[in-house]
Amino acid sequence: MKKRKIGLALSALLASGTLLAACGNDDNASDTKKDDKKSFSVAMVTDTGGIDDRSFNQSTWEGIEKFGKDNGLSKGNNGYDYLQSASESDYNTNLNSLIRRNFDLVFAVGFNLHDSVVEVAKQQKDAKIAIIDSVVEGQDNVASIMFKANEASYLAGAAAALQSKTGKIGFIGGMESDIIDGFEAGFVAGAKAANPKVKVDVQYAGSFGDAAKGQAIAKRMYDSGSDIIFHAAGGTGNGLFTEAKERKKKDPKADVWVIGVDRDQYDEGKVDDKTNVTFTSVLKRVDIAAEDVAKQSKDGKFPGGKTITLGLKDNGVDLADSHGVITSDTQKKIDEYKEKIIKGEITVPEKPEK
Amino acid sequence: MSKRLTNILVPLISILLGIIVGAIVMAISGFSPVDGYIALWNGVFGNTYNIGETIRQITPYVFAGLAVAFAFRTGLFNIGVEGQLIVGWLAAAYVGYAFDLPKIVHIPLALLAAAVAGGLWAFIPGLLKAKLQVHEVIVTIMMNYIALHVVNATIATLSDGEKTEKIHETASLRSPFLESITDYSRLHWGFIIAILAVIIMWFILEKTTRGYELKSVGFNQHASEYAGMNVSKNIILAMVISGIFAGLGGAMEALGTFGNISKMTAFTGIGFDGIAVALLGANQPFGVLLGAMLFGSLKNGGLNMPNEAGIPVEIVSIVIALIIFFVASGYIIRVALERISKKKKEEK
Repeated sequence: MKKRKIGLALSALLASGTLLAACGNDDNASDTKKDDKKSFSVAMVTDTGGIDDRSFNQSTWEGIEKFGKDNGLSKGNNGYDYLQSASESDYNTNLNSLIRRNFDLVFAVGFNLHDSVVEVAKQQKDAKIAIIDSVVEGQDNVASIMFKANEASYLAGAAAALQSKTGKIGFIGGMESDIIDGFEAGFVAGAKAANPKVKVDVQYAGSFGDAAKGQAIAKRMYDSGSDIIFHAAGGTGNGLFTEAKERKKKDPKADVWVIGVDRDQYDEGKVDDKTNVTFTSVLKRVDIAAEDVAKQSKDGKFPGGKTITLGLKDNGVDLADSHGVITSDTQKKIDEYKEKIIKGEITVPEKPEK
Repeated sequence: MSKRLTNILVPLISILLGIIVGAIVMAISGFSPVDGYIALWNGVFGNTYNIGETIRQITPYVFAGLAVAFAFRTGLFNIGVEGQLIVGWLAAAYVGYAFDLPKIVHIPLALLAAAVAGGLWAFIPGLLKAKLQVHEVIVTIMMNYIALHVVNATIATLSDGEKTEKIHETASLRSPFLESITDYSRLHWGFIIAILAVIIMWFILEKTTRGYELKSVGFNQHASEYAGMNVSKNIILAMVISGIFAGLGGAMEALGTFGNISKMTAFTGIGFDGIAVALLGANQPFGVLLGAMLFGSLKNGGLNMPNEAGIPVEIVSIVIALIIFFVASGYIIRVALERISKKKKEEK
């Protein structure tokens, strides 16, 4: 009996965990009324990060929302919509659900959805799917969208190396993967190019959702003398912001900076009205890419079977406005690097040196 | 009130109460409960695709529930089902793609690998409990984390990074026949294995001497020892069998649903849900089957609520948690029913 009680208490705990996890957005007034006239409709499936991940899921949705509003669509059937995935096994079901609701184009956000996209695309031959951050080959009804995040990371690395006072900067990765490799490789290469003596402290958290772990790593890095830390770790990176803001609160003169990722994370770094710990952000314009592909598809030019790769040249990646943190001297150097990358004079590595 | 009537009334009232409170939550949040529940129903039974997906979702829950329930019957709390399931998943996936064998050998071998992996993972806490009286809850929780990271590291070594290769056709539990009758759902033959597992657990516990001993240790260790049973041997055995069930649950994901294993950023949750499934099923094999059906149906049906009724996943999680909460608290309703019938008698 005692064991049973423990068990009940534990499952109650787990259930309350689910309840707590439920504090999120509900900004959607659901319009499921059906329009008779058929317009071009778009939808997306998130990965397990969820729609409000302050990262690429949210960014894709912003692109889709913009496309929808520009074309006079409403949320719901025959308009634009999203489905969130709570676990990996939901990807297939969610893709299928949206295709069955006759959306003309379905975005699959994140490389985690690769296998599901391949499977569903083979079964639903009339569906059009666009996958972000992964390449699906040999499937005419799938378009792949990739970003050269390493190029923008290169600029961030250069800027950090030029402005670091301690000569030591940090990189926090989520999980080791091709995509995150690009961020790391670009950041380290850029830093070394700008200042060969700079030290880059690289650590992976093993998770994209563990803010506590992110904070612990950030604490160690700041303690050991790093002053600017770049994260490519999704929700784990929120812990980095927390740590930096706490230090800044205690000591307004502390040299602690964070480089954000995917979206402009300036708002995340706000300490008070005057102080902000955000150095800059490495932008991945998933929103622009999603909107573009939606527009192309609407005009009957769905890039099926092709891989679209967006870099600095296409404005697919960039650095965010630093709000004056990056000095004009540094900015000049960064602009030089940027030009060289666009011209092809600098090739930014995609894999970190091991 | 007759006992039989109470037995039927209790689960019915619990589910009804859960649905009512869930409806209130939806109404307060500004969504139509009617649309919500229709979407939930359709998500489970709406079309052949959803039926197929629901059965697929139920399958691993059956194994996770059996694993927890089996340990409970021997007085052990195996909270490590999650980890045992993950190592089983990896083992089955590895055997699935690394060997070239005819189907009739390949599938059993992959299942065996998963069972052995899960069993070994549970053997360690079993041994520590039996020999050194280390509490199995602590060890199994820690073994979950070890499993998660060891498996992730192994996947990184075995593959070029994210996930293993797909298993060969000969190891797959999926079939074109099941796909064709369920409109391309991921339903696979694993559900047959799950039903067999339920029968096997019932047989072990109810029809064998060993099962009697296991249960006896669960009731009272000291009495069992006094009666001449080898308590520590039974504890280890119970944990290993529990781990075998969990490992097979992982094999369902490897050979059926996914066809490979990807690096995990977090636990799958199936093992933890297994605790609730086992308790809902009162640790009885057939009860576990029912509990898993409820869990799997709600989980898969819940996916359709944002899809069809536009209800956010957060609200859906609350509604589903409420239904499960009320089903689990059937005891309260039983007491309430008894009180009411007693009062009536007194009034007479």
